[in-house]
Amino acid sequence: MHGSSWGLGTSEGHPEERGSSFIIFFLLFLPLCFLCLPVVAREAPLEFNLEAFDMPGDGGGSIGLRWQFPPLAQLDHPSSYVYRIFMSAQQDGEWRQLAEFPTNTYYESEVSSPWWVWGAKSPARHFFQIKSNSDLQLANGKLYFFKVVLTDGQHTVASVVASAVPQANLFNWAKLNNLVFMLAFSATVLLWIRRARRNPHIFLRRIPGLDAVEEAVGRATEMGRPILYLTGSGELGGSGDPSNLSTIAATIILGEVAKRTASYGAALQIPHRAAIVMAICQEIVKEAYLAAGRPDTYKEDMNFFITADQFAYTAAVDGIMLRERPAANFFMGYYYAESLLLAETGATTGAIQIAGTDAEHQLPFFIAACDYTLIGEELYAASAYLSREPTLVGPLRSQDIGKGFLLVAMVLGSLLMTIGELLGTPVLRTALEIFSDFK
Amino acid sequence: MVFWKRTLPVAITFMLGITFMLQYYVPHPASEALLREVSVWNQIIAGFAVILGVASLLQSHAQKIKRKAPGWGYSVVMYASMCSMLGFGIWSEGKGEGTAFGWLYTYTLVPLQATMFSLLAFFVASAAYRAFRARSPQATVLLLAAVLVMWGRVPLGEYLLPGIGQVSDWIMNIPNTAAQRGILIGISLGAIATSIKIICGIERAHLGGGQE
Repeated sequence: MHGSSWGLGTSEGHPEERGSSFIIFFLLFLPLCFLCLPVVAREAPLEFNLEAFDMPGDGGGSIGLRWQFPPLAQLDHPSSYVYRIFMSAQQDGEWRQLAEFPTNTYYESEVSSPWWVWGAKSPARHFFQIKSNSDLQLANGKLYFFKVVLTDGQHTVASVVASAVPQANLFNWAKLNNLVFMLAFSATVLLWIRRARRNPHIFLRRIPGLDAVEEAVGRATEMGRPILYLTGSGELGGSGDPSNLSTIAATIILGEVAKRTASYGAALQIPHRAAIVMAICQEIVKEAYLAAGRPDTYKEDMNFFITADQFAYTAAVDGIMLRERPAANFFMGYYYAESLLLAETGATTGAIQIAGTDAEHQLPFFIAACDYTLIGEELYAASAYLSREPTLVGPLRSQDIGKGFLLVAMVLGSLLMTIGELLGTPVLRTALEIFSDFK
Repeated sequence: MVFWKRTLPVAITFMLGITFMLQYYVPHPASEALLREVSVWNQIIAGFAVILGVASLLQSHAQKIKRKAPGWGYSVVMYASMCSMLGFGIWSEGKGEGTAFGWLYTYTLVPLQATMFSLLAFFVASAAYRAFRARSPQATVLLLAAVLVMWGRVPLGEYLLPGIGQVSDWIMNIPNTAAQRGILIGISLGAIATSIKIICGIERAHLGGGQE
């Protein structure tokens, strides 16, 4: 993979062909040779140290090139030069130009990759990544050849040809820190679940929003009005959907609320935006009524689908609030722009309102318009808080430990970064990459 | 019965949970293909679930009409709207441009959606009025921060009070971002802990019924 240097000058023929005439020529013109030193030196071999390598931790179809700028003193006007990247499927085949860029761009130090994958990043080394795209396809397992050309339009310096094979990797080592922290936190959670089973008396701080659930259900029962429970705009849409977990949390809390409505005999209405969530909630509410010993009061139409459209759903729920005037509104799960439209309409009807979301941009709206708001993690803690089940309460302690660890890491990290900047050393900054997120 | 309702779903959750947790760390094309495949399954399930949703919608509104429940007229409107959109959609072969279906969508549904969204401006004003009443020290701080940010974000504010824009930016970038990150850390840890509980079958309330 490591390339050697290519010279500027062209071949003058074999030494034996030149013979003794060359020696005479050299001796006669030796002083002139010294005068012309800069020109001759420019024609001496220039070191690029070009490396081509499979990009680590990717699905293949990508090659990295790394090289050094040849010593600047050997060029007349270094700033007028540009790099050109060439690729070929054969070593002596047709070369295709992939890119051209100034010599003061594309440095290795700009690469976003941790030290345990990339090693030391030299600020003097250049880096260029060649990736498969619509115009260029790099097949995994096939050998490709690359060279870097330095040119100012008149003079051209080419590197030695370097080759590499793109490959699909089985593990993205850049995410190693993420995996280690995830495993450590998972182990802490499981440890605390085990401890909670042995010692179920774990202190839980008061969460007023969850204490108010009982009050809200009782109030609705006394007033003879229904309770409106929304599970948010989450659709359980698979991987990458930020609303998945908060929607599950909302359905879990629904189970606890449904047990209470069953016990009190209050009416419960759950309008839905997602049919899958509706199907899950039907099961949860049915089981909750069964667990509360009131299966006879369960009705299939407690859960009903409205529409998947955001504002049509909002208009329909606002209509229900204004027509049926529920005594209590629960807004749990993930919300978008409809959060304030729902919460503000509910506030005008005088209903007691409890919201809980991890959509941080919607939190201010709920805080402004609702009586109680579960902020972020409190939504996930709700099922443990309401059920007091030791195995659910245990992980809350592990979350506290996680927060403590992050707090210490942030304080120490800030201090080390500051010290590193004051000392002018990048070592501490590099070491702290273990807390960074890499893709 | 317990096997179908509890054991099997928990086993599938565990298997898929572990698989897709590891999938995040594996960049191999086979891993990406698996994720894509499961996403397709998810879409297929969601497609079938729409049938459930529509059935629920039609049933609940039919009952309202049958019982002449308060507001049953809206249910009639829902049926009429749904039938007309469905009819025009089939007639237009699902094409939107230059068809009655497209016209209904562009000149009926889109303005209705825009109307709902535009209400947000008025609701923000009423919610802000309620939130900014300085009845406590916290509410007073909120009020002051909001006034500074609002003045910093309008040209008149910068004209009358030069430098207010920087104060506004400082509030948004430093205390506001710090608070948001604090909330995000809590959310992330809570989400991971909940995921572990669900994957390990400790949290099973979403399957119906209580805990283990």
